[in-house]
Amino acid sequence: MIRFIRPLLFIIFAVIIGAGTVHASEEAVKSGETGHSEEFNAGKFVIEHVSDAFEWHIATYGKTHISIPLPIILYSSNKGWSFFMSSKFHHGQEAYNGFRIEHEGKNEGKIVELNEAGEVISLPIDLSITKTVAGIFVSVIVLLLIFLSIAKSAKKRVNKAPEGLQNLFEPIIIFIRDEVAKPAIGEHKFEKFMPFLLTAFFFILINNFLGLILPFGLNVTGNIAVTLVLALFTFFITTVNGNKHYWKEIYNPDVPMWLKFPIPLMPIVEFSGVITKPFVLMVRLFANMMAGHMIVTVFVSLIFIFNKLMGVEAGFGVSIISIAFSVFILLLEILVSFIQAYVFTLLSALYFGMATSEHH
Amino acid sequence: MGFVTPDYGTIFWMFIIFGIVLFILKKFAWGPILKALKDREKSISDALNSAEKARKEVAGLKASNDQIIAEARKEKDIILKEARDIKDKIIAEAKVQANAEAQKGIEIARQQIIAEKDAAISDIKKQVAELSVMIAEKVIKKELENPKDQDILVKDLLKDLKLK
Repeated sequence: MIRFIRPLLFIIFAVIIGAGTVHASEEAVKSGETGHSEEFNAGKFVIEHVSDAFEWHIATYGKTHISIPLPIILYSSNKGWSFFMSSKFHHGQEAYNGFRIEHEGKNEGKIVELNEAGEVISLPIDLSITKTVAGIFVSVIVLLLIFLSIAKSAKKRVNKAPEGLQNLFEPIIIFIRDEVAKPAIGEHKFEKFMPFLLTAFFFILINNFLGLILPFGLNVTGNIAVTLVLALFTFFITTVNGNKHYWKEIYNPDVPMWLKFPIPLMPIVEFSGVITKPFVLMVRLFANMMAGHMIVTVFVSLIFIFNKLMGVEAGFGVSIISIAFSVFILLLEILVSFIQAYVFTLLSALYFGMATSEHH
Repeated sequence: MGFVTPDYGTIFWMFIIFGIVLFILKKFAWGPILKALKDREKSISDALNSAEKARKEVAGLKASNDQIIAEARKEKDIILKEARDIKDKIIAEAKVQANAEAQKGIEIARQQIIAEKDAAISDIKKQVAELSVMIAEKVIKKELENPKDQDILVKDLLKDLKLK
């Protein structure tokens, strides 16, 4: 099965990238005609690199934007469902079919619906496959390819030494099982939570690593919506599996009566803890990954800032330091990738452990 | 600050994709992988346990072997000792028997010797008597030619006979 999937995927990627490049060259001609030069804006550059986008921007060469167009899926009460590729927007410079990407104001970065006169009339429901969603798809395909093949070889090689990919990932799986799940949840209940812990760990890890590959500029785990969903999964699993003891600790904790009655002080604190835990999970992962990406892009933009302010020589001089720092930060980010994936998994496991523990 | 407000489109897709992937991996990847790990760990620990058991068994066998050897050695010593005793006894008995036999032989020989001696003595006596008679005859024949001498002789002879 996988033998067929791999070449197929390769062809799909090749076609997408090919389409993007062809599209880019058309664009080059157009922007060459209009020919307006843009000032380098470091803040915008950094924010653009860490934010979501409607197309998968890979590189800009001169005035040529090389990017993969992604599908736009919109629903508006006037027009119903609309599907089209983001290339129709010409990198956000043109309106298409009454829709436009807003570049300023309160709807900045969102798709707005226009009437015939070109005025903004409403915000359509936007379920587009943005860069982040495409990144999720890519990482999920990688995840499935890796672990389904490992499962296949695990089934085939019963009670034999692991080989290949299996050999690479088994120690990590064993680490999650023996060092994270077992101590945090307990010897008897950890097995139920293993699928989520492993999926979350490897999803975060793979996305952290994909984010480090600069040309793709993916920032999946540095997107707050993604970490929100991951944290919500942890929250749901914790809540669904919470036992009597867990709920008693929240609604009727073992504290003096005056802390519970007439004002339920402790229950409020405990309950806010329930909400805070997934919130902290969400923010920690998001902020760490976002910060790493930002620092790298800031160092890179330093080159251009110095280039503009003090001339080409200063730009070259700074580029050496900037590149050195970027490399350092990237290496640090590799470490951070592991740590954040580990921390998310460990904390999720601890919350599951709290929800299922029988006594103190 | 657009990037701190979660985008509902991304949330929607992430929910669907992550949910599906969680389900697929749970069913087709984590299940078999964790089971394989567990099985392998079990088979390794089983193998180690049985190796330990076999080692203990071998040690036990060795101990019992040593015991058997020690017992055999003891038995060998006992048997050897017994054999030696039997040998000594046999030799002693043989000696006694031989002595007795020899004694018997000697006794028989002595008796024979005595018998022979007696026979020889009696024979000698007989011959001596015959010779004496013969000599006496001759002497008498010669002596009796003179009657006086005849008397003397008879007297002497009688005297001798008395002594005997």
